[in-house]
Amino acid sequence: MAFPSSADRQGLTVTSAKIVVAGGFGVGKSTLVASVSEIPPVNTEAWMTQAGESVDPLSDSSAKTTTTVAMDFGRVTLAPDLLLYLFGTPGQPRFWPMWDDLCRGASGAVVLVDTRQLDASFPAVNYFENDSDVPFIVAVNLFDGKLTHSLEKVRDALCLDERIPLVTVDARDRRSTAKTLVTCLTHTMKTTPTRA
Amino acid sequence: MSGNPWVRPYVLTGGRTQTKHQLYVHTLVSASHFDARAATKLTPESRRLYDRVRLGPQSVAELSAHCGISLGVTRVLLEDLASTDHLQINDGAYDSPFDHRLLKRVIDGLSELG
Repeated sequence: MAFPSSADRQGLTVTSAKIVVAGGFGVGKSTLVASVSEIPPVNTEAWMTQAGESVDPLSDSSAKTTTTVAMDFGRVTLAPDLLLYLFGTPGQPRFWPMWDDLCRGASGAVVLVDTRQLDASFPAVNYFENDSDVPFIVAVNLFDGKLTHSLEKVRDALCLDERIPLVTVDARDRRSTAKTLVTCLTHTMKTTPTRA
Repeated sequence: MSGNPWVRPYVLTGGRTQTKHQLYVHTLVSASHFDARAATKLTPESRRLYDRVRLGPQSVAELSAHCGISLGVTRVLLEDLASTDHLQINDGAYDSPFDHRLLKRVIDGLSELG
């Protein structure tokens, strides 16, 4: 595994940035992360512990403080002193405290949608519209390389504000994913002050 | 997930759940040198984290995942290790994730990927 240790030894401050990849279950978040990640995407059953908070409404015990969640993330070394991390959000709404944690400090978010199950990504769109300060774009994953519905129809169905960029992506393709991430960060630049 | 299922996770941190630093999941942690003798004095969990950091700068999430220690506990243990100078928490060169100099660099890097 390659680590940017040489940069560190040279005294360079290594900086990391983060983009969050959100969307419903099965829309291709892991595929998108894997297409650009230099490490095997880490998908681990991590123990998320939120002491004093009832994280898991399915729990019948109010004293329960841990819940299991699959974390999904990848890493791209963009320069000896610059790393980009991609974090996929857990699909189920009951992990929302986790979404807040993942989104804290993010430079942007991509909400991935599958036009065959548009409703799966409604909660993610709602989250970034209402509950988060992280600028986001929406990307339609082209599963068979084809756009089955026009982007205009998708925008209508999602009730998506005109100002939010809506693009297509082939989540399996490195180049297509990279382009989508560029669109995402370009949107962040447009919507935030120069010296944020 | 490793660990003893009969032990509550935050026993490892003496019940502490908060950190003073803002430790994001992507915050990088590094060690400028490895002190083998100091390592033997650490608890098994802290030692796993310290050993892993030797490989190079890594994010809090990577360390948590690879060492099999919950994210919350990892944060507290990493901060302890930083306060005792075992390792450094790297706050990065930019104050904000929306700093346009940072965004520009990431965009340039991604454009080269394609």
